[in-house]
Amino acid sequence: MKRTNLKTNDLILQTTVNIVFFIIFIFSIYIFFAGHYTPGGGFVGGLLTSSAIVLLLLAYDVKTVAAIVPFNFLKVAAAGLLIALATGAGGIFYGEPFLKHAHGPVHFPLFGEIELASATAFDLGVYLTVVGVTMTIIQTIGETE
Amino acid sequence: MSFLHLAILLPFMAAILIPLFYKQLKHIHTGWFVLVVPVILFVYFFQKIGPVSKGLNDYSTANWIPSLGIQFTVYADGLSLLFALLISGIGALVVLYSIYYLSKEKEELHKFYVYLLLFMGAMLGVVLSDNLVVLYTFWELTSLSSFLLIGYWHTREKSRYGAVKSMLITVFGGLSMLGGIILLYLITGTFSVREMVIQAAVIMEHPLFLAALILFLLGAFTKSAQFPFYIWLPDAMEAPTPVSAYLHSATMVKAGIYLTARFTPVFGLAPEWFWLVGGIGILTLAWGSFNAIKQTDLKAILAFSTVSQLGLIMSLLGAGAAALHFESLDDNLFTVAAVAAIFHLINHATFKGSLFMAAGIIDHETGTRDIRRLGGLMNFMPITFTIALIGAFSMAGIPPFNGFLSKEMFFTGMVNLLEFDLFNADTWGILFPVLAWVGSVFTFIYSMIIVFKPFTGKLQAEKLEKKPHEAPLGMLISPVILASLVILFGIFPNILAASIIEPAAASIYPFLLEDGEKFHVHISHWHGFSPELYMTIGVIVLGAILYATQSKWKRLFKLFPEKLTLNRLYDQSLHGLESGSEKIQKFYMTGFLRNYLGIIFIFTAALTGWALFAQSAFSFKAESNAPIGTYEVVLAVLMTAGVVTILFAKSRLTSIIALGSVGYGVALFFVLFRAPDLALTQLVIETITTALFLLCFYYLPELQKREKLAFKVNNLLISLGVGTVVTLIALSANSQRVSKTISEYFIENSYKEAGGKNMVNVILVDFRGFDTLFEITVLGIAALGIFAMVKLRMSRKEQS
Repeated sequence: MKRTNLKTNDLILQTTVNIVFFIIFIFSIYIFFAGHYTPGGGFVGGLLTSSAIVLLLLAYDVKTVAAIVPFNFLKVAAAGLLIALATGAGGIFYGEPFLKHAHGPVHFPLFGEIELASATAFDLGVYLTVVGVTMTIIQTIGETE
Repeated sequence: MSFLHLAILLPFMAAILIPLFYKQLKHIHTGWFVLVVPVILFVYFFQKIGPVSKGLNDYSTANWIPSLGIQFTVYADGLSLLFALLISGIGALVVLYSIYYLSKEKEELHKFYVYLLLFMGAMLGVVLSDNLVVLYTFWELTSLSSFLLIGYWHTREKSRYGAVKSMLITVFGGLSMLGGIILLYLITGTFSVREMVIQAAVIMEHPLFLAALILFLLGAFTKSAQFPFYIWLPDAMEAPTPVSAYLHSATMVKAGIYLTARFTPVFGLAPEWFWLVGGIGILTLAWGSFNAIKQTDLKAILAFSTVSQLGLIMSLLGAGAAALHFESLDDNLFTVAAVAAIFHLINHATFKGSLFMAAGIIDHETGTRDIRRLGGLMNFMPITFTIALIGAFSMAGIPPFNGFLSKEMFFTGMVNLLEFDLFNADTWGILFPVLAWVGSVFTFIYSMIIVFKPFTGKLQAEKLEKKPHEAPLGMLISPVILASLVILFGIFPNILAASIIEPAAASIYPFLLEDGEKFHVHISHWHGFSPELYMTIGVIVLGAILYATQSKWKRLFKLFPEKLTLNRLYDQSLHGLESGSEKIQKFYMTGFLRNYLGIIFIFTAALTGWALFAQSAFSFKAESNAPIGTYEVVLAVLMTAGVVTILFAKSRLTSIIALGSVGYGVALFFVLFRAPDLALTQLVIETITTALFLLCFYYLPELQKREKLAFKVNNLLISLGVGTVVTLIALSANSQRVSKTISEYFIENSYKEAGGKNMVNVILVDFRGFDTLFEITVLGIAALGIFAMVKLRMSRKEQS
């Protein structure tokens, strides 16, 4: 991406990004989980996560980011699609139509009763796909000469 | 299935096996294996003469597509049997002739015989089918196999030209006929010819009658080379001579005759039928014979003579339809025309077949068919000369050959028309005998040219490629048999009368016969001093005088301008079709995306706008609208400013920034209209797309001029039109809401059913998760696409 030969020192940017990255990332996770009750969801959450990674890309170079976030984002997108498809197909095994979601309280050993919805798993698929897709696009374009 | 079915299918089955014989038994001429098929068929059909002449017609049916009323029904009555005998009989002789005509070393015989067998089977199917759809199937198969046979020497350009021409014309007719068949089915509710004959009166009354009749006749006329569709036949002479003898004189061109005869009981009562069939036929007779005289190629003369003779038979069938207006056979003057048609059909097949074979022998033994280079062959080829003499004299109508008898009957039939007092025949009917007589004079002249030009006079040995000599014995067998038949039928015509002509005539006139009554035909040589005798004498005398003086008046043909021929019309119209469609295509397929977009937008705006106003669907009601607040007005003004900036921006960067501002404006609108999810997504997406735009902008080549967009009035008009129409539609749709939205259901049930309080998200992942599934698939495909486009670029070197 960088076309200048001059070596610049991005100390302030890099230090800020180190902190801001986690804030944005956690905010994106929040947005993702809150999606069922308040504005947000997999789509916005995914976009925010990738924007956090993009911020890293701006502050550091492509290789460093690849070391920090060692994912093949095409595979992430594929995994997201698979999860979405699998949660959709899950209903079939209970004699329900495709993409019929279930929800209800589930008892966990540590947390006690928690209201869970299988729609969240579907949303996770959306989230992963969006992250994978945006990052693939940005990385591929960024790496070209 | 019956033996009759098997008889039709036998040539097809043989066609599958013949290439095998060709490959395995190379030292034997493949034709010998093929010869078995028509011989078996001929014997089979021959033994049917007995029962059929007693009125025991063979009928059998096999299921093909019963749900559509399409059955493979075969029906052998007198007419079908006559044609079947011609097809198999002449087929056998032609195969025998071709064995000696085509060299087994030089020619691809397997192809030739496969095509020929296909044709034979298809032709049998045409004449024996009772179901019209089956008949049509075989009909097109004859067109196809004829196309293959004409183009047999496919390396020659003229062969290909002739093949394409015949294909275009006959398939045009075939498709018209299919239209006629469908109309007849709509009228009668059946595809069976026999049931249509019974419903003839219903068909006559029906409003679709005339359309069906004309479409049907188009099929028959194109196949039988009637005026003005005869032009394919002379060009079809590029085929090997056995093919010309078989297809283009004896069988395929008579398929149209067969169809006309077969449908005479259905359509025959109509004046249109009488005038079209009779009139076109007699016109073709005169025109074809007139044109035959100016030809210099032997086969071209024969082709035009075939056209003319087919016209003769066609006009007789038209005249024969007059007989249908009588209740019975007594005092029925007009049945003689149909009888003459059948008789002449047989005679024409015999003498024309032998003449073609004689022409083929001359071609084969001298290397040319041009009558200007031929002459004095009588001493070298006495047998061929005899054959040609018999054939040509029979064609000219000279006693004692069979052509004389049928021509006499032809004159009788035409003269009898003078007594016919329906359809204005009493005024215009005089044209029939006059044109018939004139055509016969021309026929006489070209017949003499065929015999005397090549065989008498001086031998021009220096102009010939080979030293002429008599043909091998095998090549002579078939024409000798045909010529003997010419004489046999000429001297004893009544051997045909009871066995073949009577049952065939009975199937043309099914209603004229009482139960158990039989058609009675007696052909006699001597009629007494009747008008037709004087006509014949006149033909011979005038024809002989004109033949003797032809060098004086032949210049007459030069008066006819070359530009006004039908061939030229065909070529020009074909050329015009091609260049015209090219022009039309070039007009709208410009290759410029903006033109296509313009067309798409114009049609969208025009069609939807037209629909809006044609249905008077436009309406505007403001009472149910929400009040407009200050924020909305301010935002709208801001966004309009952004849009206007995009349109008039001088640099791309400005446009991109302005576009971004519009996007953020939309996000603000989402906030204003309380759609937080949309606002969030819109903000992020707008940022990403703006970044991508900037990326594209950054990589644009340096040389690009940053010019202002050219202003074009038509672009402005198109975009204004689209904008107006879409706005009008949106306004009308908004003011015409008829039912409540289903959002009530989502509001009530999103927590109850799906356990979520964010309704948008619940709809996205739960109520309508299916859409979301495929939207993320779309995203995945887009990512893969970009990845593939960027990473898998082939370098220019690799591409070339």
